[in-house]
Amino acid sequence: MIEWLLDGLLVLALLATAAGALFSRDLFRAVVVFIAFGLLMAVVWVRLQAPDIALAEAAIGAGLTGVLLLDAVRHLGNGRQKALRKTRDPSERGSGQS
Amino acid sequence: MIRALRTCFIALACIAFSAVLAANIWAIAGVPGQGALPQLLSENMSRSGVEHPVTAVLLNFRSYDTLLEIGVLVIAGIAGISMSKTTSLEDPELRTSDPLLYALQRWFIPLMLVLAGYLLWAGADRPGGAFQAGAVLAATGVLMRLGGIPMDFLRPGLLLRLGLMLGFSVFLLAAVVSVIGGDAFLAYPPDMAKPLILVVESVLTLSIAMVLLALFVSAPVNDAEDPEEGDPS
Amino acid sequence: MTLSLLYAMAGAALCGIGLFGLLRLSHLLRRLLAFNIMGSGVFLIMVGLPQHQSGPDPVPQALVLTGIVVAIAATALAVVLIRRYYHQSGMTSLEGESGSREGGPL
Repeated sequence: MIEWLLDGLLVLALLATAAGALFSRDLFRAVVVFIAFGLLMAVVWVRLQAPDIALAEAAIGAGLTGVLLLDAVRHLGNGRQKALRKTRDPSERGSGQS
Repeated sequence: MIRALRTCFIALACIAFSAVLAANIWAIAGVPGQGALPQLLSENMSRSGVEHPVTAVLLNFRSYDTLLEIGVLVIAGIAGISMSKTTSLEDPELRTSDPLLYALQRWFIPLMLVLAGYLLWAGADRPGGAFQAGAVLAATGVLMRLGGIPMDFLRPGLLLRLGLMLGFSVFLLAAVVSVIGGDAFLAYPPDMAKPLILVVESVLTLSIAMVLLALFVSAPVNDAEDPEEGDPS
Repeated sequence: MTLSLLYAMAGAALCGIGLFGLLRLSHLLRRLLAFNIMGSGVFLIMVGLPQHQSGPDPVPQALVLTGIVVAIAATALAVVLIRRYYHQSGMTSLEGESGSREGGPL
């Protein structure tokens, strides 16, 4: 009975973090909630008696993907004005690329 | 109004998709299983060369999947490196540096390297293996990058190319070695299974770490020019 | 209804959520998150369903392990492409999609 409670709560938390990662207003917050989703997935893999997958999910899903996406969010937000200025004057882009 | 209607329609379609999927899962779960795969596996474990079943499946019984997977990783690594638009993968201006991070990594990096080595070694008889060790090694590289340590092996040169292709080529060599002996492709000779698996796992770890690190490092974009043919770095 | 089947159903629900996000969101990075969530749902189904009757089964676990590594390589490649696209065009969604603005999820 207690096991069902634990697993039911885990499933609810999984669905809640998935929805939060997709439908958050702020992109940074969405990525942080996605990292939390990855950590919850690691716990779920332990409950499914798959410790190898739990190790890989914790290292890859929460660690590497999180850093990659956080780096992307920082630059996707900041460079906005710079990039817009570039596309508005294509004639001044004199770097000789085709 | 149209937009809200479209959202509702797509939401209903996705709920229907989930419901059909769940119904199918329920139906499949009700059918008594025909295959005896776990039993077959536990009977043949002694012939595989390792004691942990997942490692045996990954590197011996279904090693073809692992071979193709490292091939896919190498292709993704090549594509990522070729799409990078910075002055060089090891551009000094892309290195961030934070004093706290710099101090912390003096403790973390040796520990993480030892952890990666342990995970690789422990894959033989307990949870661990090449993928987990490769991921921790890649995370070490990312930590070094974020902490401002120069990583010369990321410049286009011998070490980068060696790291990227070593995993796939050594694995392919190990797979072909049995064909030369007259056996099937990827059938390891039974007495050489354990050393072969050890060698293949080590180079797989190195290659996976190098590919993931190269993909992470080629993500930033600045206003560099696209390099011409024959340009050094 | 064992534990594994419960997680397989959760995987089906995650697939639905991920699919909705993939179809409806316009920001490219959010679509990448939705794709990853859908992938995690598929992995849950792949491991939960066979383990319902016969207990821990190493073969689907090995396949899912391979799948996780390939998924992160694909995600990293997608991030490289998205950043290059953003640098080139200044937009964070594809042409023809509504909204390349920062505020608001949809």
